[in-house]
Amino acid sequence: MDLYEHQGKELFAKAGIPVAAGYVAYTVDEARAAAEKLGGVVVVKSQVLVGGRGKVGGVKVVKDPASAAEAAEAILGLDIKGHITRRLYIEAGVKIAKEYYFSVTFDRSAKMPLLMLTTMGGMDVEDVAANHPDKLARLHVDPALGYRGFHGVQLMSEAGIPVEERKALAPMLAALYGVFQQDDAMLVEVNPLVLLEDDTFLAADAKVTIDDNALFRHPDIEAMRDLAAMDPQEQAAREHHLAYVKLDGDVGILGNGAGLVMSTVDVIAQAGGRPANFLDVGGGASAEKITTALEIVLSNDKVNSVLFNIFGGITRCDEVAKGLLGALDATTITAPIVVRLDGTNAEEGRALLAEAARPEITVEKTMLEAAATAVRLAKEAS
Amino acid sequence: MAIIATKDTRLVVQGITGREGTFHALRNRDYGTNVVAGVTPGRAGQNVEGIPVFDSVADAVAEQGANTSLILVPPRFAAEAILEAAEAGVEQIICITEGIPAHEMLEVYHYIRPRGIRLLGPNCPGALSPGIANVGIIPAEVFKQGPIGLMSRSGTLTYQIGGELAAKGLGNSTIIGLGGDPIVGTSFIDGLDMFQADDQTEYIVMVGEIGGNEEEKAAEVIAERITKPVVAYIAGFEAPPGKTMGHAGAIISGSAGTAAAKKEALEAKGVRVGTNPTEAAQLMADLVTKG
Repeated sequence: MDLYEHQGKELFAKAGIPVAAGYVAYTVDEARAAAEKLGGVVVVKSQVLVGGRGKVGGVKVVKDPASAAEAAEAILGLDIKGHITRRLYIEAGVKIAKEYYFSVTFDRSAKMPLLMLTTMGGMDVEDVAANHPDKLARLHVDPALGYRGFHGVQLMSEAGIPVEERKALAPMLAALYGVFQQDDAMLVEVNPLVLLEDDTFLAADAKVTIDDNALFRHPDIEAMRDLAAMDPQEQAAREHHLAYVKLDGDVGILGNGAGLVMSTVDVIAQAGGRPANFLDVGGGASAEKITTALEIVLSNDKVNSVLFNIFGGITRCDEVAKGLLGALDATTITAPIVVRLDGTNAEEGRALLAEAARPEITVEKTMLEAAATAVRLAKEAS
Repeated sequence: MAIIATKDTRLVVQGITGREGTFHALRNRDYGTNVVAGVTPGRAGQNVEGIPVFDSVADAVAEQGANTSLILVPPRFAAEAILEAAEAGVEQIICITEGIPAHEMLEVYHYIRPRGIRLLGPNCPGALSPGIANVGIIPAEVFKQGPIGLMSRSGTLTYQIGGELAAKGLGNSTIIGLGGDPIVGTSFIDGLDMFQADDQTEYIVMVGEIGGNEEEKAAEVIAERITKPVVAYIAGFEAPPGKTMGHAGAIISGSAGTAAAKKEALEAKGVRVGTNPTEAAQLMADLVTKG
């Protein structure tokens, strides 16, 4: 789960990490009121779950509440790489002397947390890594050891942090690692991490991703989820514990097992079609779950055909067929459905479909044939 | 001979009295796997259709000589279940449970690796050696016995490819599910080394997907020390970056972990990569018939 900047900063503040004072605003009036409360120079920042907002006008520094309102007017509704700005963070302006970068990432490859620090803050860290690798200090932390003071010393030395700044920076690095550890983060990134004119450090931005599998023990973070910003299909799928990802095509896809569904998405594209979604009904899906899944796929009105790709292991194909037929009775079917059933009870499942003889359903034997048919039907319908 | 699930397997099922635990323990036993014990704390003295239940894995090892554990407990107890099995002296641990927090798996990984304990998963379907033993939830009827070692990060995709191979008359030595989580106990490299050392395995199929760089690392090892022919398939070419595609580990982070990069890395080392499961199975069939 990705957090907005202001939510990440909430976690930082709880861990004693310095952040500027700020308020969330959803309207121009709220933005003006926030600027009045803060007084002086404020920064109006788009809150979206994607990077690069600064380059497209998503961050404005203003001098008074009236200009804060103007900035809010401009930024609310701003499309940043497909993410529409619906909330702002109004933050007190700070006097910045230097901009650094620090992150803790969950390094899957090394299977250890990775610390990265550079004095080249405010830039994309992938650019720094590619173009100035000597400027990017990297250090792994053995999970059995945890973060120790010497990690910070070594990292700051390697990154070329001036000696006189290290005493102030060290506790901040330790506290950010603490957030990574305590809150089950996959990423804690501060870019820029700023040195102020008064020689103290402050987290000027916050990019935090929490492990979905650990949210059960962080109800306070789960409560931060912005349901309004979620795609309606993704939200419905979430409520029913189905894995759904919206794509931008017109062939709806559902299947069992993440790998098989990913593969189905690929095969649709290879057959010249455009996948509308990824939906994994999971193992051992009941007829009811199949019905719900189909309803979610069809509720995306771009869908012109649906491919049902099931390889039954724990999942029984006769259950899938029952669920599918149940869905046909329960809802209006707005697109033709291509079904491929294989594995456990596949024959029983196909027999049920043959018996029902519904005109909306085409049964194909193989995954590739099913994909070709689904693509053809989508093209005919569009 | 096969690997992991073998004639010598003496299986203890952790969570045997749960719905899934009972179902799969009996299914594995019906297949011919030697299921010697089950564990559910507080249920010692009971039995599940003749399989004795113990309070702890240590008791199951002491009383029944269990050497392999199958874990089917809820996610919040699963990391501890793995550590319990490791401490009890079990040599192989197969963890089916999906949804274990990644930070917990970091600790587990670094605990078991130096001790030489084999962990398969978590979030995997287990291991099946057709005709010999089944440990986990793989539907055995899909597969035939044969010379091809098959390993995968995805369950159903494994069944898909196994089914396509079987339709061509080809069978498997062992099928191992590596698991769909960011941190899993057994990597493609471990699988390659095990299959390379296994007499029954003559060919290897590896099925990867987006996320991480284990496939890229495996490509290096294939070039360096694997003499058996390898065919690969990678899922997720059309996956958008930053989205978790069902498996916790199937996510493209920034520009890292794409299917295209994995395919390229494998092909650069001479591995044939199918563009879909059917083509991957066909590439393997071609290799086998050419001899």
